[in-house]
Amino acid sequence: MRQVFLDHQSSTPVLPEVFDAMRPYFTEYFGNASSLHQHGLRVRDALKRARQQMAALIGAESEEEIYFTSDGTESSNLAIKGAAYANERKGKHLVISATEHPSVMNSLEFLEKQGWTCTRVGVTPQGMIRLDELEAAITPQTVLVAVHHVNHDIGTIQPMREVGQICATKNVPLYVDCEASAGWLPIDVKEWGAAMVSFSPHRFYGPKGVGVLYRNRKARIVSVIHGGVQEGGRRAGTENIPAIVGGGVAAEIAQERLSQRVTHVAPLQKRLWEGLKLNVPYIQLNGPEPGPDRVATNLNLSTEFIEGEGQLLLCDMNGIAVASGSSCVSKSLKISHVLGAIGLDHALAQGNIIMTLGEANTEADIDYVVETFAKIASKLRGMSPMWDEFEHGVIDSVIAPTGRGKSFSQHAAEVSGKPAH
Amino acid sequence: MSETYTLYNSTVMEHFMNPRNMGDLKDADGVGEVGAAACGDIMKISIKIKDGRIEDARFKTFGCGSAIASSSMATELIKGRTIDEAMSFSNQEVVDALGGLPPVKIHCSVLAEEALKAALEDYVKRNPSAAAKAATTDSVAA
Repeated sequence: MRQVFLDHQSSTPVLPEVFDAMRPYFTEYFGNASSLHQHGLRVRDALKRARQQMAALIGAESEEEIYFTSDGTESSNLAIKGAAYANERKGKHLVISATEHPSVMNSLEFLEKQGWTCTRVGVTPQGMIRLDELEAAITPQTVLVAVHHVNHDIGTIQPMREVGQICATKNVPLYVDCEASAGWLPIDVKEWGAAMVSFSPHRFYGPKGVGVLYRNRKARIVSVIHGGVQEGGRRAGTENIPAIVGGGVAAEIAQERLSQRVTHVAPLQKRLWEGLKLNVPYIQLNGPEPGPDRVATNLNLSTEFIEGEGQLLLCDMNGIAVASGSSCVSKSLKISHVLGAIGLDHALAQGNIIMTLGEANTEADIDYVVETFAKIASKLRGMSPMWDEFEHGVIDSVIAPTGRGKSFSQHAAEVSGKPAH
Repeated sequence: MSETYTLYNSTVMEHFMNPRNMGDLKDADGVGEVGAAACGDIMKISIKIKDGRIEDARFKTFGCGSAIASSSMATELIKGRTIDEAMSFSNQEVVDALGGLPPVKIHCSVLAEEALKAALEDYVKRNPSAAAKAATTDSVAA
C-alpha cells in the first residue's frame, strides 16, 4: 500500500545530515555544557554554533538572543509567564489572538487564575486577526501582546508587520509564536519589531526535544524553571545537546532550502485542494485559499455529513496520515477552538480534516489521496443518517444550501435534547 | 510499515471497517434517532418486531469509529431479544462485546443504548396493545 504522510504540522522526519551531525554528541561528545573541562568546553562551542544557526534563520542580531528549551510549548510558557511575572509591577493585562496555540491559550488561563486579565482578540472568518480590535485591546496595563505568525490548524498567515507596528506605537512587547511557519516562511524579527519569537526544529526536519525562544535584549522575562544558571539564567536544566546540534543544522538547511521547499509543496497544495473539490461533493476549505495569505503546507477541510475521526481512521487504514480538529478526536470532546473562533458551523467542525504537506510528498501521492478520500467520504456518507436526511430534504447543506429542510445544528439539538457547542 | 498500530482494539476496528446491519429497514416497526450533546454524534436505529421479538435491526451513524462500532455491535446483540429484554439493554453489554472502549469513548456505547430504546419507545407508541400483550406474555412465561 502507498504510504502518504500528510501530517507535517505534527512533526517531520529528521534529515540524514541532521542525524549524522547529532550522532557524536550522544556517544563521543557527551559532556555537560556547564563543565569547565575539555568535554564541557567542546559542547559549549557546539551550543554557540547552534545558536548562530537559529539566529540566522529568523534574522536575529546576535546568537546571545537565542534560548534553548525542550520544545515549542515550553518556549511559549517561558515567553508568556516569563514576561507576565517580570512586568507584574507595570500591569497585569495581556492581549492575544483568539486562535493561538493551546500552549499560549492555557498559559493565559493559568495566569488568569492568579489575577491577570487577558483580552482575546477576534479573527475574521478567514482567521485573520482584527487589527482594529487589537489596537483597541491594548491598555496602559498591557505587558505583552501574543500573536502567532501562522495558525497551526487553518494555515492563515497573520499580518505581522501591521501587528508589529501597532505594538511599537503602543510601546508593548510582541511575542510571535512561529511554530507553524519557521522553515516554511521567511521570518525577520527586526522587521516585526518582535520582543520574542519561538519555534521548534522538529517542524522542519530537525529532532524533537529542543525548542527555541528568541528574546530581544530589551524584553524582560524571568525564568519559570528554576535550578542552575543555564541559558543566561532564564532556563535552568542541562541542555539537550544532540537535539540542539541537530536543530541548528536543520535550521541552516531550512534557510538554504526554504524557497525550494515552498516551490515543491505549493503546487501540491493546489493540486490536492482542486482534486478534492472536484471529486468530493460538499467539501469546504477552511481558512484562506492557497496563495499569499495561507502557508503552502496546510489544507484544513470540512467534509459535510460525516465526522472527522472516521475519515482519519479510514485514511490511516489506507496508508494516509492526516489530523482532525473534530470533537471526537479531541480528548476533551470539544472541537478545535480555532474552528470555533472563525465561526465555523458545528456540523462542519465535526467533519474536519487537516492535511499538511512536506518535501517528500509527490504528485502521485496527491492523486492517490484524492482518489482514496473520495471513496472514504462516500463510504462514510453511506453510513450517515445525516447524508440520508439531506438527500430526503430533512436537513440542508451548510456548504451549498438548497433552501429545503432545517439546519444540521437544529436537527442535532432536537435529537440530543441540547444545543450543539 | 511492518506492523499496524490501531487506535482501537481489533474487534472495534473490525466493526468499524465492516459494520454489521448498516442501513435502514423498509417498513420498520420502530425508529429511534438520538444525538450526543457532549460530542455532536448522531445515531439512528431501526427495528422490525415479530411476535414480540426484535426480528431485525439496522443502524446509521454520524460519528467516530467507536460510535460506528458501538451501533454495529448493539444491533447484533439485540436481534432475537424480546421487547422486555431489549428494554433493559445496557451499554455495558456493547462495551464488553467490543472488548472494551477507551474511557473517553464510553459515551458512544451509551448513545447506542439510547438509540435502541428510542426505537423501542417508537414501536410502543405505534403499537400500544401489542407492546402490552408482549409484556403480559413475558410475565406469564416467567
